[in-house]
Amino acid sequence: MDLNLSEEQRLFKDGIERLLGDNYSFADRRKYLGDKHGFSESMWQRYAEVGILGLPFSETEGGFGGGAVETMIVMESFGKALILEPYFATVVLAGGVLRYGASDAQKAKFIPAITEGNVKLAFAYAEPQSRYDLFDVETLAREDAGGWVLNGTKSLVLHGEAADKIIVSARTAGDPRDKDGIGLFLVDGNAPGLRRRGYPTQDALRAADITLENVRVNAAGVIGDAAGAFPIISRVADEASAALCAEAVGCLAEMLATTLDYLKMRKQFGTPIGTFQVLQHRAADMFIELEQSRSITLYATMMAGEDDSRIRERAISAAKAQIGQSVKTLGRQAIQLHGGIGMTMEYAIGHYFKHITMIDTLFGDVDYHLSRLAALGGLFGEEAIEQAN
Amino acid sequence: MDLNFTDDELAFRDEVRAFCRSALPTDIRDKLIAGRHPSKDDKVRWTRILAQKGWAVPHWPVEYGGTDWSPVKQHIFSEEVSQTPAPEPAGSGINLVGPVIYTFGTETQKEYFLPRIINVDDWWCEGFSEPDAGSDLASLKTRAVRDGNHYVVNGQKIWTTLAQYSDWIFCLVRTNPDGKKQQGISFLLINLKTPGVTVRPIQLFDGYHEVCEVFFDDVRVPLENRVGEENRGWEYAKFVLGNGRVTIACVGLSKERIRRIKELASHTKVSGDLLINRPDFRKKVAAVEVQLKALEMTQLRVVANSSKLQKDAQDPASSILKIKGSEIQQATAELLMDVVGPFALPYQSEEDFKHQEPSIGPEWAGPIAPAYFNGRKVPIYSGSDEIQKNIIAKVVLGLSSKSA
Ligand SMILES: Cc1cc2nc3c(=O)[nH]c(=O)nc-3n(C[C@H](O)[C@H](O)[C@H](O)COP(=O)(O)OP(=O)(O)OC[C@H]3O[C@@H](n4cnc5c(N)ncnc54)[C@H](O)[C@@H]3O)c2cc1C
Repeated sequence: MDLNLSEEQRLFKDGIERLLGDNYSFADRRKYLGDKHGFSESMWQRYAEVGILGLPFSETEGGFGGGAVETMIVMESFGKALILEPYFATVVLAGGVLRYGASDAQKAKFIPAITEGNVKLAFAYAEPQSRYDLFDVETLAREDAGGWVLNGTKSLVLHGEAADKIIVSARTAGDPRDKDGIGLFLVDGNAPGLRRRGYPTQDALRAADITLENVRVNAAGVIGDAAGAFPIISRVADEASAALCAEAVGCLAEMLATTLDYLKMRKQFGTPIGTFQVLQHRAADMFIELEQSRSITLYATMMAGEDDSRIRERAISAAKAQIGQSVKTLGRQAIQLHGGIGMTMEYAIGHYFKHITMIDTLFGDVDYHLSRLAALGGLFGEEAIEQAN
Repeated sequence: MDLNFTDDELAFRDEVRAFCRSALPTDIRDKLIAGRHPSKDDKVRWTRILAQKGWAVPHWPVEYGGTDWSPVKQHIFSEEVSQTPAPEPAGSGINLVGPVIYTFGTETQKEYFLPRIINVDDWWCEGFSEPDAGSDLASLKTRAVRDGNHYVVNGQKIWTTLAQYSDWIFCLVRTNPDGKKQQGISFLLINLKTPGVTVRPIQLFDGYHEVCEVFFDDVRVPLENRVGEENRGWEYAKFVLGNGRVTIACVGLSKERIRRIKELASHTKVSGDLLINRPDFRKKVAAVEVQLKALEMTQLRVVANSSKLQKDAQDPASSILKIKGSEIQQATAELLMDVVGPFALPYQSEEDFKHQEPSIGPEWAGPIAPAYFNGRKVPIYSGSDEIQKNIIAKVVLGLSSKSA
């Protein structure tokens, strides 16, 4: 067993942190927010140059062959800097779908383009009624003249507004909540019949609701088995959840660091507030919470590629639930220990708080994941349940 | 002991309830149910409706326009108002500075200011905190120096709630820089239109422009706008901070929130079931309700005790109300986040609402996440949780610390 980064991974991490350290201060971020689409296109190109955009794709596909650990490194650094670019939507989500489901021809068409920063994708998996159930799909895909015709509404599509291509989950057979009968379709962002309503998210990113009215997709636009794509969706969601955990860890680490600086600097009653023992303990609690988050994220990262979905889902749910709890407790203290300044838009800490709060609402909140883990028998001593039944 | 209200109290409760239900404009009620911020105009309208009924300042003495209601009736009244849900009657004037003026002010001050407060002709804000004087309020530095019939005020206040809409600010200023910090502070009433005053709004991270910085640059304030004696402002400030501690538990508001949570959960499907029918969700709500009931009883004990306390003295247990009240407000805000689930994500501004844009997700989703974010202020303002716990430890439990 080895829980350390390899030499190569450490260098990779240093490289990203240097890139962001030089280009992504909180003031830079504010500037990028004002750019078209609310993120920096030039930073996107920089990510392409240093190989981040092609990271998880194999070398034969035109990528750099990184694994879950490399994705964790990137996401943690992105969390620390609170980056705005659609990496998660394009590379982790849509890229994940391509990795697990796309044909060689589809990969050849899209992966080099993603890697070079020439195309942005989004993954439309949610619907107004679906909440966190990825199989709750009512958008319909009907076979027609060798292609498909899509009708329905997808909601909360991360970065869906600016995406060149959107991967849409749609039902080709069965009832609305069946796991079978779901297909994945690559739709052009400007396809006739596709309408997007873009909006800002609470944490200053962009999302869109998308309606599809007789949108035509040809056979080359189907990813994987048109009636059996759910295993791809669930794999990608689990990998994405691990990535979000890593991003949250980056945010939490930064929130703790900012709070510690403030405790040392802010004076009341003639002394730095960090000298009050109650606040020292609070900082210690935050540190414990951060390290627990980091640990469970390592676990999720190393389990994210597990083929047995039962084992993988338990690990991912454990991590997402732990992170969801930590973002509440650590986040709350980070603001509290700042007093009034922590409540302001001008100060960074509230922006981190908003982002980690939204991470909890992506791919399942604490309740959802605790329920899923419990239904799967929990993490330890599962035999006892089997014996009881 | 008797848990029941008397017949008279029950009749009173029904009267207040019926009045609030019928008199509160529905647009204001809808806004509050949705968890959006009432505007200044909403608060003014509601306060004037109460004023017409003679209920704008029930906790004031009769001679200044108040009522002779018992503490229990006062309690019933504020619970009913917040459960309607209606806004608090225009806050800082009625709850904070009004009582200071009628308790410590001159006859001229009483005659001029009190009727204007009741009718909300003036909107007031509280100028206590400064950049370097938050929890350590007594170290405030804004200076007031005498010059003939005036004080000349220089300095800065911060976190002043809604100062951008205010006509007047009541301020703690330093009139004596020497000696013990608490003994060189005076209490001034300053018209915000006086030359030299600059107000700069601060946006909170949920997007609401709720507080301000207020700068004073050679602002001339007539001596007659000082309340009470020079250098005794700290006593009046403690009086202000003590007032309203009973209502600060926000029990009525939290009851209304629980009702709202159950209502919304009855319209929300999770994995094929209505959320309200899921035992795990019901249990989470019940756990908060248990705490809220205990807090309500604690509050009633404080209320019952207040008739025995010396007039205007504060029950030390009231710090419990602030701390538990803010914890429960946090818990209900979290439950609302559980209900809204993924639809917490879209940011839908007041502007969108005004322009009647169709909402993203359920029409009630928009204000929930911002209200959750905004709620982080509650354990910070009006004496942070940490400061309240220091008070409990020292004053109630008799534990002293080396540093104090
Ligand atoms: C939304 C909002 C509205 C407000 N409205 C008003 C208003 O209208 N008028 C007004 O005058 N003020 C107002 N305030 C200011 C508020 O009263 C102060 O924010 C509060 O007193 C804390 O001061 P501070 O922000 O300077 O934090 P600090 O005092 O710097 O506190 C920072 C942290 O240190 C902790 N701390 C400080 N001292 C101790 C100690 N001795 N032991 C343990 N912990 C300690 C605090 O609890 C806090 O967690 C408002 C604040 C907010 C957020």
